[in-house]
Order: sequence, then structure tokens, then C-alpha cells
Amino acid sequence: MTAAAASLVQRRSIPLVRVGLLVRGLPALYLWIFFALPCLLMVLASLRVAGEFGGLAPLFSESGRLNLTVASYGELFSTFIYFELFLKSLLYALITTVVCLALAYPLALAIVRAGKTWRDLLLLLVILPFWSNFLIRVYAWMIILGPDWVMTRGLNAVRGWFGAEPTTLMFSPIAVIIVLVYVHLPFMVLPLYANLEKHDPALIDAAQDLGANARQRFRHITWPLSLPGVFAGSALVFIPAFGIFAVPDLVGGTNGIMIGNVIKQQFLETRNWPFGSVLSLVLTVVALACTALAARAARPRREAP
Amino acid sequence: MNRRSAAAITAAAVAGYAFLYAPLAVVVIFSFNDSKINAEWVGFTTAWYAKLMRNAAMLTAAGNSLLIALVTSLAATTLGTMAGFALHRRPGRVLPVLVFAPIAMPEILMGVALLMFFVLINLTLGLLSITLAHIAFCIGYVAIVVRSRLAGSDESLVEAARDCGATPWLAFRHVTLPLILPGVIAGALMAFTLSIDDFVITFFTAGATASTLPLQIYSMVKTTVTPEVNAISTLLLLLTLVLITAAAKIAPGILSFSE
Amino acid sequence: MALLEIQNVTRRFGTMTAVDGVSLSIEAGEFFTLLGPSGCGKTSLLRMIAGFDAPDNGGANSGTNRDTSRGRIVLDGQDLTGVPPERRPVRTVFQSYALFPHMTVAANVAFPLKMAHTSADAIAGKVKEALADVQLTSLAMRFPHELSGGQRQRVAIARALVTHPTMMLLDEPLAALDAKLREQLQIELINLQKEVGITFIYVTHDQSEALALSHRIAVMNQGRIEQLDEPSKLYSFPANRFVADFLGQCNILDGTVAARDGNRCTFELTRIGPITVAVEDGMAVGARGALALRPEKVSISAAGPQYGAQDRSQSTASGAGGADENHLRGRVTDFLYSGDVTLYVIELASGQRLEALRANSAPGRTRFLEVGDTVDVAWRFDAGHFIRE
Repeated sequence: MTAAAASLVQRRSIPLVRVGLLVRGLPALYLWIFFALPCLLMVLASLRVAGEFGGLAPLFSESGRLNLTVASYGELFSTFIYFELFLKSLLYALITTVVCLALAYPLALAIVRAGKTWRDLLLLLVILPFWSNFLIRVYAWMIILGPDWVMTRGLNAVRGWFGAEPTTLMFSPIAVIIVLVYVHLPFMVLPLYANLEKHDPALIDAAQDLGANARQRFRHITWPLSLPGVFAGSALVFIPAFGIFAVPDLVGGTNGIMIGNVIKQQFLETRNWPFGSVLSLVLTVVALACTALAARAARPRREAP
Repeated sequence: MNRRSAAAITAAAVAGYAFLYAPLAVVVIFSFNDSKINAEWVGFTTAWYAKLMRNAAMLTAAGNSLLIALVTSLAATTLGTMAGFALHRRPGRVLPVLVFAPIAMPEILMGVALLMFFVLINLTLGLLSITLAHIAFCIGYVAIVVRSRLAGSDESLVEAARDCGATPWLAFRHVTLPLILPGVIAGALMAFTLSIDDFVITFFTAGATASTLPLQIYSMVKTTVTPEVNAISTLLLLLTLVLITAAAKIAPGILSFSE
Repeated sequence: MALLEIQNVTRRFGTMTAVDGVSLSIEAGEFFTLLGPSGCGKTSLLRMIAGFDAPDNGGANSGTNRDTSRGRIVLDGQDLTGVPPERRPVRTVFQSYALFPHMTVAANVAFPLKMAHTSADAIAGKVKEALADVQLTSLAMRFPHELSGGQRQRVAIARALVTHPTMMLLDEPLAALDAKLREQLQIELINLQKEVGITFIYVTHDQSEALALSHRIAVMNQGRIEQLDEPSKLYSFPANRFVADFLGQCNILDGTVAARDGNRCTFELTRIGPITVAVEDGMAVGARGALALRPEKVSISAAGPQYGAQDRSQSTASGAGGADENHLRGRVTDFLYSGDVTLYVIELASGQRLEALRANSAPGRTRFLEVGDTVDVAWRFDAGHFIRE
């Protein structure tokens, strides 16, 4: 009756083992070739020399020696501008995450508290923008933040009162943040909802019965229990936002570029692939490190009396 | 749950939904606007849609997107279903990383890594490279869906089938398959949508000549912005709406990845 | 020859031994029950009979001659080693029923016939028959989620019966049902088994259910069989403390055999005093053991003034050749009223507790004893059963 017993059955019949190998092996093989291998090659590429006309120089020089160098890493760590860009991207991603959390939490709470009949519809409504084309969502904001629209006009009107020059919302860090929040909001709502849905309503009732007001109930019961969901959502927002390039490319202008733009530039324009690889790897490492740190912080803590 | 906080939450929720949909509404509405710029409403027209239909580059891009999405969907669903089974039975250490890392990491990493990889193995960048890339990142999504579907099903059903005289294959065919089929179909629809909408990975693996719908939209947005972009966006939104609503109806709950 | 023979079967999961060298044989047409607490190995044993698991190589004496000590399950003369579940003429009724949710009731019941390549016409007829057997003909086109627990249970049984298997295995099938429904289905199961004549192997942890349904019961504990016998024999003559305690309620009084005379013994209860018991096997003078005494055999009455204030036990005779009844004095500390009977807990002078069950069926209003009442408890000398240590 136990799962252990059930799985042991499979062990004893030979044909099933062969099928199991295929079922497991085929997707694994595909992913090894078209995911793991490219990533490993990228690590190697980060140590190689840039080719004369872009790309990568041959792995073995004419004399047969291994053509490797850490010069690309050196370039990254010795140039301040890249460090600055990493920090800026980190900051933007962090701000985006926090704003998304602030907006998504009430939304998720509302969906959970809606009746069973409404929930599916409300969820679907959150999911649809999430599944729609990312560029469309960016484009929409390009319209809204444009100079002819309410937001910019209103802002400039206010600025006019104070005698300041008219400005544009577009092509600025503000625009980048707004669009990043917009694009990633559903990623925060869904894991939060999944977590909040599992909360036992009796816990809130018990807290209320024991004298806790609404703010206390949230702070001591709902919020701590929701931390795993908060963390999951934050990871789903922070990591993509950190490495994004399309949004800054379209609405960031020169002030709003992020590290993703530089990577794109290195690969497609400058064609300094080793350096691009270095940037990409460092990006991934930093993103994962931040996530790991946050994971430790987000572990449900035991509340002291 | 007193009335004041309930009202506050409802208000926040309404604001949230408005925030989510208002921009999309703007795009859709202005696709019917009889004006070249997306500023003021002038009058109703479907001229932009007509123009779209005559735009050769757009039509090619659309055709490419559909073809790629179809192939991706078939391949990723097959491989993803297999992966879902394997992860359910015996996850192991390596397989989960292989399957889920493409989803977890920044897309740009996979895009540039595959770019270099394809160049290194001398594969011309084009529709094939795009498809291969799409399959790689869609497998994980399908696997998640199939795995959670399997986790929710009753283990003893397969045993009961075997007890009734079914060989392992017949038990799979008559019991397991019908039960996971909704999940598999929803996964296929999801993969199709992901493929059609993908931008970043496609951007790096497309090379100089190949074009897909998102790439086309991107170049249009960067250069000449006309409501043609609105029109194609509206059409894409409609397509996504249909696909995802269908997927949600077939296998409710899986789309929110609630696990 | 027995229909099913289990020979020296052992099953270990890591360091845990679920089934420890079990051997037993089951006759055709029997209603046989494996009874025991959770974790005693009864379900593991059942799964090995069904084929979802296999006995380990090497029985209780692994390390010696591997071939002969390997556990085997032999059905109708055929060794089932290596035979997968789909080829065994054995059908299981699962605890969760395991009805296929995407098939109608009729399709569920037809499934085994379909797997056996029965013709479509034959299938229709047999399904009808099976559904009639469990009185579910009208629900043939419903889906499992539309049925109540009891109805699903019957579908599971019908599905198991439809191919007339040699043997049916039932894994706690009534556990999920409420008390009234369970009683009703127990009676139905007994009648069904009698009618159909198929051998049932039933697994349960509910001792009253086992006593009611079975021809024979194997009481299991920690992978081993404690005792195997008919229900009444198990109840009246438990072989050890575990069985005595597990089946129903039982007073277990430790003591030593002091003297023996004819058909009676003097049994010295530890810290209480001598009582008279009937002679049974193993009662040599000096033998240590316990007396298993069922509460319903202990009569209880308020202590009258003629007994005085003494608390010492008073056998109306001491030593050998004593009288027919044992008497002890005590004080009521607790009672449990159950409508038809009341269970009294009496504290003896030594501090030990004794339970007595009294029917509340005396004519007129029953006078109940209160907590604190001094009472006299008595039982016949042959009412208990000696358990040797």
C-alpha cells in the first residue's frame, strides 16, 4: 500500500526497466545537448580569446598550445563602469521585486478571499496578461508613457507650475521600472496565491478569538506563513528582471540601460564573445547568489514568545 | 475579516486588475483608430488590419511563428511528458536541474549560450535553430504540468488495473493515459503559446534572415511605429486568449503552477 | 490440500522487518482474516499474495540453505514466484476502492473481462450478473464520483467478483465507512461469501469485525503470527498476553501455580492472594503465568454488611479442592455506561485494577453502582484461561 512498496514492483520486472530508461533518457539527452552543453561551452568561452573578426579565436593556436586566458575576467573587474551597471541592474531588479510584492499581495489576498465561483475567473484574468506577448505589454506602456498622453502631459503640467522644463517619462529609469513591474506582476501573484490558498482560515479565527486585531493577525500569522510564497514570487521576478534587455532597450534610453543590454551588445554588435560570456556568467552567479541569500532570509522563522 | 479591511482589499484588487488590463485595452482600442499616431481617438477603422494582411514581411513572420510553435509544441510535449513521468517516479539529482534550470535562469543566458553553440557546431542560424532552442525551454513547463497531474492521481488505480488482469502497458493505456491526458493537452497548448510569444531566445538564435512575429513586432516598434503594430498585437492577444482559456478549461489549476 | 499455502515468507524494507518468516495455509471456501494493529505486516502479506510485492530471498533462516528457506506462496499447487499480478487468479478490493474515475460503474466492472478478451456479449451478461449480486443494477451508468462510499465499495466488490477468481483479497474495505453502514455491509459480506463460495482473505485492525466475519483468524503482531484459530477459540483461549489484550477487553492477572488437585489448581495472584482455577495444559506447580479473565465473566455486587470491613481476598475455600467461585473485595473507581452494558473499573486492596462488565438488562430500573462504592467481584473458577509465560 505504501509508495515504497509500489515502486519496488517496478524493480522486479525487466521490460519496465527498459521503458523507464528511454522515458528518462530521451528528454535528458536532449537537454544535455541543447542546454547543459551550451552552458558548459559558455564557461569555456569565457576563458578563450576573442576572434579577430569577432566570435572566438581557435582553441588551439598554431603552435598547438591551449589558447586560454583570463583577460576577459580581468577586463570586467578592472573597469568601473561594468561594476556600476551590475549594481544598477541589481537595484532596478530589487525595486521591481518590492513594488511587485506590494501590488501583488493585496491582489492575491483578494482572489483567495473571493468565493469559489469567482476564484477561477479571477485567476484566469491574472494569467491572461502573463501569457500574452511580452513585447505587446512593453509597447502598450510606450504608448501610455509617450509625450502625447495623459501621464506625461499631466506631469509636465505639474512641473510647469513649478517653473520646470517639460520632460519626458519615456527613455528613463522610471519608465524601465514601471514597465518591469508591469511585465513581471503576474509572476508574483501566482506563487503568492498558491501559498495563501493553503492557509487554514481557522488560524485567523483563532488569532482573532485570542484578541489580535487585523494588523496583528497579518503580521504574526498571515505574513510569516506566506513567506515561502513571497520568496518563490520574488525569485520569479528578480532573476528575469536582473538579466532583461528588451525593456531597457525600448524604453530606457541611454540612462536606463542594464547589464542585459551590454551582453546583447557584446554578442551581436561588438562580437566580443569571451567578454560577453564573462558578463553572462557573472550575471547568473550574482542572480543565484542573491536568490540563495533571500532563501535563507525567507525561511519560516520560529517566532519567539 | 471586518468590512473595512475587506473593502480595502477589494479596492486594491480592482486597482490591480485595472493596472493589468488598461495598457492592453489601450493597444486594442487604438488598433481601430483612424490616425497614424497613438495619441488621440479620431475615428473607427479597420484599415490597419487590412494593411497588415498585405504586409509580406509580417505574413512570412506569422507563418514562421506558427510553424515553429507547432513543431515545438509536438516535440516539447512528447519529451516533457516523458520527463514528467521520470520526475514523478524517481526524480534523482540531475534530471530536475536539467529540466527546470532553463525556466529558472535569465533567458538571455540561454539565448547567448545557444547562439555560440550553434555557431560552434556550424549550424546555420534560422528556423531550425530557433525551434531547437524553443523545445529546450518548453520541456520544463510541460514536465511541471504532467508531474503535478501524476502527483494528484491515485497510485492504487494502476495497481487495481493490474490486479484486474492488465499488463503494465494496458494499465498505462486504459488508466494512466486518460487521466493525465488533460494535463498533456494543456501542456501542449502552453508550449505552443510560449513558442509563439518568445522574444529573447528567438532574438539570439534567429540569425540575420529568419523572422518571427515577436521579432517583427520588435523591429517595427524600434523603427516606424504605426497602428499596424496595434493590429498585430490585438490579433496575437486574441490568439493567446483562445489558447490559454482552452488550456484552463481542459485542466483547471495547472496554469497557476500551484504546487 | 489447502488452497493457499504461505511458506516461510519474509519481507524486509531496509532495517524494518514487515513480515517475519510467516507460514500458514488457507482452505478453499474459507473466510480468513489477518488481524492486527497498524504495522503488524498484514497488508504487506496481502500485497505479496496479490503480486504487488515479492517475498525476500531467504526466509527466517537466511544464510543457510537458500533454496529451501526462500519464502514461497503456492496457490492451488502452483508456485506464484515471479508471476505478475495480472496473471494471478486473485482479485483485490483496495482500501480506497481504486475505482477508475473516468469509467462508468459498468465499465469498471467490465474491465477485468475486457483484459481477459471476453466477447462483448458475454461481458454485458456477466456485468449485469455481478451488479445484481451487489444490488447495484440501477447505477450501472453512473460515475464513481456520483456514488456514496457504500455504493463505491460494492462496485469494487463487483469488479473483483466478475471473473470468478479463485480468491479474493480485501484490504480493510470497510474502514472508511461509518458504524451503521459498516455493520450492514459486514452482514452483506458474510452472505455474499457464503453464496459465491469464493475464498476471502480479509485484512483488518478491527477485532470485533474480525470476530464477526471470519471462519478463522490469524492474529499478527510485528510481522509474526501470534495465534491462528477460530474466533471463539481465540477469544476464550488466547495463547498469550497480546492476543488476550487485542481481542476485546481482558483482565490479565499475574500469578504462580501454587498447588494442584484433580481438576482444580490454586493460583497465587501476585499481591492479591490465592484463587481457584481450572486445570489447563502447562499448569505445573511453580509455573508462572497469568490468568486471562474476560470482564463479562466477572460479576459485581455491592458489598453487604455481612462481609465486614475486610479488604483481603476471600476465597470461600483456600487451597486445593476449593469451591466454585472466587471472590475479591474492591472499590469502584470508574465506570463506562454504554446503554446495554456498563463496564466497571474496580480497585483492589493491592492497588491493581479489575474490570467487570454488567448488563443493564435486569427488569425494572437498574440500580447502578457509584464511584466509591465498596463492591464484591466474583467469577467461576473455570471462567478464566491460563497463559503460560
